[in-house]
Amino acid sequence: MSKKTVASVLVAGGGIAGMQAALDLANSGFYVYLVERSPSIGGTMSQLDKTFPTNDCAM
Amino acid sequence: MEKCIACGACSEKCPQKVSNEYDAGLNKRKSIYVKYAQAVPLKYSIDSDTCIFFKKGKCKACEKLCPAGAVNFEDKARELTVNVGAVIIAPGCEVFDPVTYDVYGYGKSPNIVTSLEFERILAATGPFGGHLVRPSDHKEPQKVAWIQCVGSRDIHAGSQPYCSGVCCTYAIKEAIIAKEHQKGGLDTAIFYIDLRTYGKDFERYYNRAVDSKVRFVKSKIAGIVTDPTTQNQVIHYIDEAGRRVEETFDMVVLSVGFKVSQEAVSLAERLGVDLDQYSLAKTSDFQSVKTSRPGIFVCGSFQAPKDIPHSVIEASATAAEVESVLAQSRGSLVKTKEVPVEKDVRGEDPRIGVFVCCCGTNIAGFLDVPLVVEYAQTLPGVVFADKNLFSCSQDTQEKMTDIIREKGLNRVVVAACTPRTHEPLFQETVLNANINKYLFEMANIRNQCSWVHSNDKDAATQKAKDLVRMAVSRVSLLEPLYDPEISMNHAAMIIGGGLSGITAAINLAEQGFHAYLIEKADVLGGNALKIHKSWQGEDVQQRLAEMIGIAGSHKNISVLTSTELKKVDGFVGNFKSTVETNGAEQVIEHGVAIIATGALESKPDQYLYGTEPNVLTGLEMDSRFNDKGFSAKGIKSAVFIQCVGSRIKERPYCSKVCCTQSVRNALKLKELNPDMDVFIVYRDMRTYGLREALYREARAKGVIFIRYDFEKDLVVDKDNGNIRVSFTNYALQRRMEIKPDLLLLATGIIPIRENPMASLFKVQVNDDGFFVEAHAKLRPVEFATEGILVAGLAHCPKPIDESIEQAKAAASKASALLSKEKITVEGVVSRVDEAYCVGCGRCEEACPFNAISLETRENGEKISHVREALCKGCGSCAAVCPTGAASVFHFDDREVLCMVKTAFE
Repeated sequence: MSKKTVASVLVAGGGIAGMQAALDLANSGFYVYLVERSPSIGGTMSQLDKTFPTNDCAM
Repeated sequence: MEKCIACGACSEKCPQKVSNEYDAGLNKRKSIYVKYAQAVPLKYSIDSDTCIFFKKGKCKACEKLCPAGAVNFEDKARELTVNVGAVIIAPGCEVFDPVTYDVYGYGKSPNIVTSLEFERILAATGPFGGHLVRPSDHKEPQKVAWIQCVGSRDIHAGSQPYCSGVCCTYAIKEAIIAKEHQKGGLDTAIFYIDLRTYGKDFERYYNRAVDSKVRFVKSKIAGIVTDPTTQNQVIHYIDEAGRRVEETFDMVVLSVGFKVSQEAVSLAERLGVDLDQYSLAKTSDFQSVKTSRPGIFVCGSFQAPKDIPHSVIEASATAAEVESVLAQSRGSLVKTKEVPVEKDVRGEDPRIGVFVCCCGTNIAGFLDVPLVVEYAQTLPGVVFADKNLFSCSQDTQEKMTDIIREKGLNRVVVAACTPRTHEPLFQETVLNANINKYLFEMANIRNQCSWVHSNDKDAATQKAKDLVRMAVSRVSLLEPLYDPEISMNHAAMIIGGGLSGITAAINLAEQGFHAYLIEKADVLGGNALKIHKSWQGEDVQQRLAEMIGIAGSHKNISVLTSTELKKVDGFVGNFKSTVETNGAEQVIEHGVAIIATGALESKPDQYLYGTEPNVLTGLEMDSRFNDKGFSAKGIKSAVFIQCVGSRIKERPYCSKVCCTQSVRNALKLKELNPDMDVFIVYRDMRTYGLREALYREARAKGVIFIRYDFEKDLVVDKDNGNIRVSFTNYALQRRMEIKPDLLLLATGIIPIRENPMASLFKVQVNDDGFFVEAHAKLRPVEFATEGILVAGLAHCPKPIDESIEQAKAAASKASALLSKEKITVEGVVSRVDEAYCVGCGRCEEACPFNAISLETRENGEKISHVREALCKGCGSCAAVCPTGAASVFHFDDREVLCMVKTAFE
């Protein structure tokens, strides 16, 4: 048996990629530290108006 | 931070105004601020770089005004040490700052903006309230131009040589939205080099833009000059024929590309992660989310420039990698919440509590909250009513729980904002007070009263009373519901044994789950068996052989070749699928399914294909390269024709992989025989992202690229025994002829016709024949039906690295389900009252989820039956049922009609 691993993960960056990685890991049984430099998560995507092709609100 | 109730009083009174980076610097924010209204966490923070107190030692206006005592000037940055099993870096990218180049005139006129600034101009929450105006004079522009590749595909100092991969599509989107804003027919023009709409459904979007009169101008920009009196911009450009042209616009948008941030580089350096020549994280095609350092993974635009759906897929792929590395300790650190025991209130008279939210001033500023509270107290069944300053703040939640217990309430109404965002929160509050979460109702007096009647306080107040009365009448009829639990079988079935299917199987096996890998052919490998090299030049056959070896020997993988899926029964957690191997059937039980059935290379019926041995498709060329005996010595010239059967009326999509494959194969031919003349005849070269390097290398090595006019005939025939290709050169508008020894047709990818998976799993395919994901941006590997996932070419054309990523993403989504013993599904589902059911089957026809069907009883009677795990509670069955037997829990006729009746009282 290999060395016991730690069941937690640090995700650096709270944009769409970091948030999605954190959500997947949490849903799959791991404890996540989601670390973001600015006061709130959301990243560049939160600044976009609409997203194509459905023109849904990016928020 | 815990104390902040986000009322905004601090920000209102803060005297310091600074540039608002969220609105791309187009307006001001205060020194104490939240980035945007929906920010998470919704807590105000002080920007110490600009705060007057931190600079001059006095002010503290915010501290004095804060009603919650949440401002703490003593707070310091702290260093925390956490022990983790793996690290994912997702620092993203910045956008290019066009001030570097005076050609674009950025900074010389406020009417030359970056695309990110333009996003904020279009946004309802932006600096102009979503009104499209020029920053210089706030007048509506009549003509707007977009300049593509600003800071991308440019080898000058300060720019990036790569293609940013997203700008073509976002420019088209911005042009379409801008036209929608300006109903008077805005003139929009996009100045581009190659139009790269290569993603799923992107080409359709481009065609839609052409139809809605967005102009596309292939050009090279010479300069942008501002007219100082009008603040209009004169764009000087060279058109495709080499002519100098000028055109004046009211506004210019610079489509800026991605640029690595200094913070991301220093993060990577601190972590000891290798970077490539662009300072992006260095990865390989087969391990595209692994950095050079074991245990550290990367996703998003710091891995390579990419769009939102690809970032989401890649993020899930990193999660899958981490899950396989840390599988043995899964669950050991997860904190489980204790579920409060619910009180049985059935049979009790309603004891309703009504909480009316002020939402700071967002509601209380526009309607008379105390009057609504007073009115609520008079309604039948209401034993308690009060107002809350902020119903969603943590302390109010606790207060509400105490009140529900103290007053013995058994039903609750919250009159506040929208249930779409806040219902789950209040349901939890109710549950914490031991009341079933379905004995709760929201009245949306923010959106429906204070927002729409912001100028009429009396009307807003009256409507709020009406909504509260309706909510009270409904809540008194509601019945407790329980979210059904379903057990979970821990095995996955993967249909399709190509690169995607094998990848998903290996990842799930490494995570400790059993995978059944079903392949129709007698060997694993699929299309990858024919591919020579990945785009970065990795040996596909060697890697594929290694992966097939792992899949074949892993104890958690059952490989079933020459096997077809015949029948699928059941639902998430409990699938029972029948497969047939060489005539023998077996039933496999599994919890989830991944559809990775791939796609095909299109075989043309034109251009002498099939009659002339030296006319080959891209994959056939790859197979020749795989053949050790292949020699290019005798070939004097070769022509590649792009978009054969792609981007045409019958198949209005881009196959994404062919441009890169042709360029790579052109380079290979040049390598084998440097004297060979190699031509690529194309429409737009779509070597997106970092693949641009291959395109540049090919041009440097003498591959000749000629754009052909798609509207004019491209003919391939024989002339004196030679192959002859004739076409119209787009730039010169003259016919050209080439007589190559070898003709290569980039024929694109087509879906499997009438893929049986669509009917077996009741999942949708789009007009092109590829599977439709649950959400194009945010759920790119899931279907609307839980427990069924998609990966690889079955979803849309994509290269090896992206197929592998999507397969890992599907594995991550699968493991979220497989790792549980039980999952709960929504309690709001349909039910059938058997006494009234006449077995007509209309509900079965109407159900979009395959959740309701007729069952034949022992006495021969047909009765409708609901499978709760599949039901989404949409109510389609209830709407068509002729006898009223079908209805939806929580929204039955009685519960809905009482609201209608009460509304008119």
